[in-house]
Amino acid sequence: MNPLILWFHKLGSPPYFYRFAGRWLPWLYTLALIAGVIGLYGGLVIAPADYQQGDSFRIIYVHVPCAWMSLFVYAFMAANGFIALVWRIKLSETLAMASAPIGAAFTFITLVSGSLWGKPMWGTWWTWDARLTSELVLLFLYFGVIGLYHAIEDTRQAARAAAFLALVGVVNLPIVHYSVVWWNTLHQGSTVSLMGQSKISASMLWPLLTLTFATHVYFFASLLARSRVALLELESGKEWVRALASATEPNHA
Amino acid sequence: MTPTRKRRLIAVALILVAVGIATVLTVLALQQNMTYLFSPSEVLAGHTPGGANFRLGGVVLEHSIKRDSTSLKVDFVVTDRFHDMPVEYTGILPDLFREGQSIVATGKMENGHFVAQQVLAKHDETYMPKEVAEAIAKAKAMKRDVPATPPQG
Repeated sequence: MNPLILWFHKLGSPPYFYRFAGRWLPWLYTLALIAGVIGLYGGLVIAPADYQQGDSFRIIYVHVPCAWMSLFVYAFMAANGFIALVWRIKLSETLAMASAPIGAAFTFITLVSGSLWGKPMWGTWWTWDARLTSELVLLFLYFGVIGLYHAIEDTRQAARAAAFLALVGVVNLPIVHYSVVWWNTLHQGSTVSLMGQSKISASMLWPLLTLTFATHVYFFASLLARSRVALLELESGKEWVRALASATEPNHA
Repeated sequence: MTPTRKRRLIAVALILVAVGIATVLTVLALQQNMTYLFSPSEVLAGHTPGGANFRLGGVVLEHSIKRDSTSLKVDFVVTDRFHDMPVEYTGILPDLFREGQSIVATGKMENGHFVAQQVLAKHDETYMPKEVAEAIAKAKAMKRDVPATPPQG
């Protein structure tokens, strides 16, 4: 078998994943912290003030990376939910359910920072335009997934039910992204685009990209940490968890 | 792929397609109600709900702002560069409110002009340092024959 595929199959086994995540965790957290500090310093101190919004525009460095993460984490959760539903892979269920609270937190920060930005610039904390409303719906979808998961007794059944809800909610992702294109909204269009030119000066863009990298790394670090705990709980009767527990148990001599 | 997995895959895919189609149809049906704002041209063409509150969007016409010297009353003209709409507002305006700025005003029509209860400033997706903005403005001023940017909002 191809070594990469073999590794991927191995990764699906909880004890192997537990060890793999434990090895990577400190590195990922360190990387996220370093990139985050560089990005925040670049955005809040080095980057020049905007010609129109002055220093208020610096909220972009929190708002936009979190907004991208709110969509990215949802897509990640739904993809794992899809694998969990079709192939019934235990690790995918765990990953999908572990990413939901992280995604909800990113969505919440997006809404709060956007609100704080909206007041001085637009003149209002909140308005029911398509972008703001669809992002709020995204938060409720996260809440729905988390709630449904905790409402059902059997963990694996609960994960599959919640994964199904997450999958159905995917229709909201293009709505959030294209809302500013499809409808007349108070929220402006996209500044940074993968294809074509970004409408932000290079001196302002690099901290934004650094922070985007930092939030992605942080997400995976947080995901691995949460999944480790979830796997221990899920497999608590299994041999490898018992071995682990007896190996780390303090000696009551 | 085992038959069970194939069956699950098809079932999940079918449900997703169904949900997707349902969402598209709902969004298309709501298109009328989901209009956040109307441009002056749309208002003059009679697309707005008669007598009810709606949002008017456009650019504040240059040299159209008239402030009342004794109260907070402001008169200005909102334009989409095709048609103009006089607006009357009493209250505090957001910092970004100025001539040439895109705004969204909530209110209703009274005797041919728009009486706003709330005025929000809309900003675009462009971010640049002040020096760059000044350089661009200088370059634009040097060649006046550059066509005006199309209206937005």
